[in-house]
Amino acid sequence: MIDQVEVNQQLMFDGESDEKQFLTFMMHDEEYGMDILAVQEIRGWEPVTTIPNSPNFVRGAMNLRGTIVPIIDLRMRFGISAIEYGPLTVVIVVSVQIKDQQKIMGLVVDAVSDVYSIAEEKAKDVPDFQDSDNAYFVHGLVNVGQKMVVLLNLEKVLDLSDKSGLKG
Amino acid sequence: MSIDLSQFFDVFFEESFEGLDAMEAELLNLEPGKEDSETINTIFRAAHSIKGGSGTFGFVSVSDFTHVLETLLDQIRDGQRTLTAEHVNLLLKSVDCVRGLLGALQAEEEPDLSESNELKARFEAILGGESAEEAEGEPQEDTTQALQSTTYQIDFKPEPHLFKTGNEPLYMFSELAELGQLEVTAFHDGIPDFLEFDPEDCFLHWRFFLTTSKPEQAISEIFEWVEDDADIKIEACGGLFEDDTNAAAEIDISEAADLSEPGSVTEASTPEIKAEPAPKADENIAAVQKKVESAKNTKKSADSTATSIRVGIDKVDSLINMVGELVITQAMLSQIGDQEITESSIAALQEGLTQLAHNTRDLQENVMRIRMLPISFVFSRFPRLVRDTSQKLNKQVELKLVGEQTELDKTVMEKLSDPMVHLVRNSLDHGLETPEERIANGKDPVGTVTLNAFHQGGNIVIEIMDDGKGLDTEKIRSKAIANGLISEADELSVEEVNELIFMPGFSTADSVSDISGRGVGMDVVRRNIQALNGSVEVTSKQGVGSTFTIRLPLTLAILDGQLVQVATHTYIIPLISIVESLQIDISKVSKVGKGLEVLRLRDEYIPILRLYDIFSHQGAREELDKTLLVVVESDNYKIGLLVDDLLAQQQVVIKSLEANYQKVDGISGATILGDGTVSLIIDISGLIKLSGLRRPGSTELLVDLKGEEAEPV
Amino acid sequence: MKKILAVDDSASMRQMVGFTLKKAGFDVTEAKDGSEALNLAKQQGFDAVISDVNMPVMDGITLIRELRSLPNYKFTPLLMLTTESGLDKKSEGKAAGATGWIVKPFNPDQLLAVLKKVIR
Repeated sequence: MIDQVEVNQQLMFDGESDEKQFLTFMMHDEEYGMDILAVQEIRGWEPVTTIPNSPNFVRGAMNLRGTIVPIIDLRMRFGISAIEYGPLTVVIVVSVQIKDQQKIMGLVVDAVSDVYSIAEEKAKDVPDFQDSDNAYFVHGLVNVGQKMVVLLNLEKVLDLSDKSGLKG
Repeated sequence: MSIDLSQFFDVFFEESFEGLDAMEAELLNLEPGKEDSETINTIFRAAHSIKGGSGTFGFVSVSDFTHVLETLLDQIRDGQRTLTAEHVNLLLKSVDCVRGLLGALQAEEEPDLSESNELKARFEAILGGESAEEAEGEPQEDTTQALQSTTYQIDFKPEPHLFKTGNEPLYMFSELAELGQLEVTAFHDGIPDFLEFDPEDCFLHWRFFLTTSKPEQAISEIFEWVEDDADIKIEACGGLFEDDTNAAAEIDISEAADLSEPGSVTEASTPEIKAEPAPKADENIAAVQKKVESAKNTKKSADSTATSIRVGIDKVDSLINMVGELVITQAMLSQIGDQEITESSIAALQEGLTQLAHNTRDLQENVMRIRMLPISFVFSRFPRLVRDTSQKLNKQVELKLVGEQTELDKTVMEKLSDPMVHLVRNSLDHGLETPEERIANGKDPVGTVTLNAFHQGGNIVIEIMDDGKGLDTEKIRSKAIANGLISEADELSVEEVNELIFMPGFSTADSVSDISGRGVGMDVVRRNIQALNGSVEVTSKQGVGSTFTIRLPLTLAILDGQLVQVATHTYIIPLISIVESLQIDISKVSKVGKGLEVLRLRDEYIPILRLYDIFSHQGAREELDKTLLVVVESDNYKIGLLVDDLLAQQQVVIKSLEANYQKVDGISGATILGDGTVSLIIDISGLIKLSGLRRPGSTELLVDLKGEEAEPV
Repeated sequence: MKKILAVDDSASMRQMVGFTLKKAGFDVTEAKDGSEALNLAKQQGFDAVISDVNMPVMDGITLIRELRSLPNYKFTPLLMLTTESGLDKKSEGKAAGATGWIVKPFNPDQLLAVLKKVIR
């Protein structure tokens, strides 16, 4: 009983009940969001060490304070045309649990955008994307003001062994 | 008070495993008929502690089983029973069994009780009518307890219909209070919602602590009438000895005590029913719960690191000293940084940097030393293994352990254990002769197996020696011919013949035996040791014995590497596998098969692997005469790796690429270079597989390296 | 604050007893065998001693006998933790001067309930 009370209090302190915070970033003029709790840090782009015979979206490995971290180009992961990296290009370092293993990875995106508090139940289910192979990676869609934000399912985006979402 | 016992589990498991190790070691020292009481005592105490702890922490399967062990040991200890070889065997099996049970419990799995039940039955058979004795023991105990004051925990949970039986719990409670000192707690968690609340039903239940000099029977008598209408548990949890002289005046004394504590009298006669627990107590519980939660959390985070190392305090102290020196150097350097730059400050800076380099190196060496453990951790399992195996084989064996304090890396140690077990079993099974054979050959009927460990350069060397019959070269040769490994015409030296036992699928045992059969051959042993960057060799003399020599790097965490350049990329080749590096003499390069180039180097043909090609890198030098060939050896085969250039040689700290990414073929790990960039370490045998030079599952290269048909390019 | 000396060769039991008693507001000192306990008891005073019976170096019965013979521990409650099902150990303990016994296995509540009879 006491446990229950404590848990409830915990939830109350955690802010506006069921809202979650999302970090959003831009890619190909679209705004994507990810659970902010997964984000470890945001860094500028710097050259990485190529990992031989890796998929094209794996840019290489980076030294993050002594830990070897793979860097994924999210455009390439989604099959969006590549652009040259510029001053706004950032690497979002995330920590995600993939098949019982906590992994730290870096995601290259065009630019970071904002942090929103979003009630999860407001997120709409993904409409039937007839024209996209990437629906698999999407957790839901949500409107923030005029804009639409695509909330990503990082576990699926970063599970490199799972090819089910990718064509070819 | 609510205390989460799980916080003590880790300590309990750790000490229990230690206790089992001690039991095992002592049991192996025992010779039935010659046992000394201190050895038996040590074994008894270990079993006793495990039983006590497991009972306290609720591991019933362990406490039940260890109870019979304890009983037997107690009888041996008291001289009621003489120790036999059967006892020792059974006890050793029990050690394994308890280890298994505890292992399962530690992993939060349901333990498999089939073995413990079987062993328990055998112990009970030895103990004979022990259970009957126990049954007799109980009432005896009760009568003595009548003379002492005992505290009972009584749980009383009536069925809802209790009132309808005409019983009044309150009266029972005051009756209880008359027996002695009574403490009551009422639980109201069974009270339903108001709408479902039937005022005629009983929804409360109680817990009492009663301290009384009356027998337990007196308590159960009070509840006699409601036995079938309630859950009643009466459990003795301890007591006080009455002073002998006062025993007669027992009643008077307890009355006097009651009078001196009026509070307890009122409490006892009118049990306080805590329908509404005092808010203060509630707060207290909440506070504890919180602490327990936080304790749980810290425990969880500790668990996630999986394994732990016990480090001698001296090692920690020396680390602290070194960190102290580092802090001093840092202070000195920052002081220089604050000063104006002058010639003397630059000299001081240089001196400081030298000091810093010195400190860092010392610190690195000492931190590596923390991972080093004496090899006795591996050696210690062999006395048992040798004892069991030699019994099975009807051989007499003496095991000698030399260099037990030789240290090596914990990770290496863990992976070394299995290959060593295999080699020792092999020595016992195939190496040593039966006592009859030994006597016939003029040898001591007791064979000797020696495990010897020592440091040599940056390596640890472990020798497994037996004074058995040695390898039978003729038998190996004919077997190899039969298996098509060599041809009849091959002239092989004794060493070359002995090497054949490490070939896959090779086994000289006429029948697959229980001991070293199991389809695992020496090839697996060699592969496992090579996976640790080590090597294994055999020397043998017929009739005299064999020695297997394992060489391993002291640590897996650091590697001597050769940095090489391929296009714009820097890779690291483990120095230990490099045979030589050379410029290619094009006239000695031939093409075989589908475009595979081989270099004729002295008497050998070395296949050339173009690294840029295997790793799909653009912009590397492709002309053979402008590049360098690094000849490396792995799995007894030599191959040449084509690189653009050789860079520095340096020690590198091995980091996992898999931890955050996945296994990469041809790469064994990564490291961080001086400039902070990541460099990948080449895995030679993985590379051979990747190049398609070898069929999967085979150690044979696809090309015939002795190929006479090689054509000049 | 009342001081209690808890003696057991098993670290987990020692920790459990120690933790429970500290929670209940006692000042607890732990010892891993009888001889260590005896030395501690000679150096400082304790209001009660709880000791295991089977321990290396010096067992619990010997400890209780030794303690009882010290003038400072003439009236001090000395409790023994015992798993022995037989009566021998209990009567042996009693003869050595033990105040009472606590049956192993026990849980924290049971420990405190028994302890309450001799020290509050």
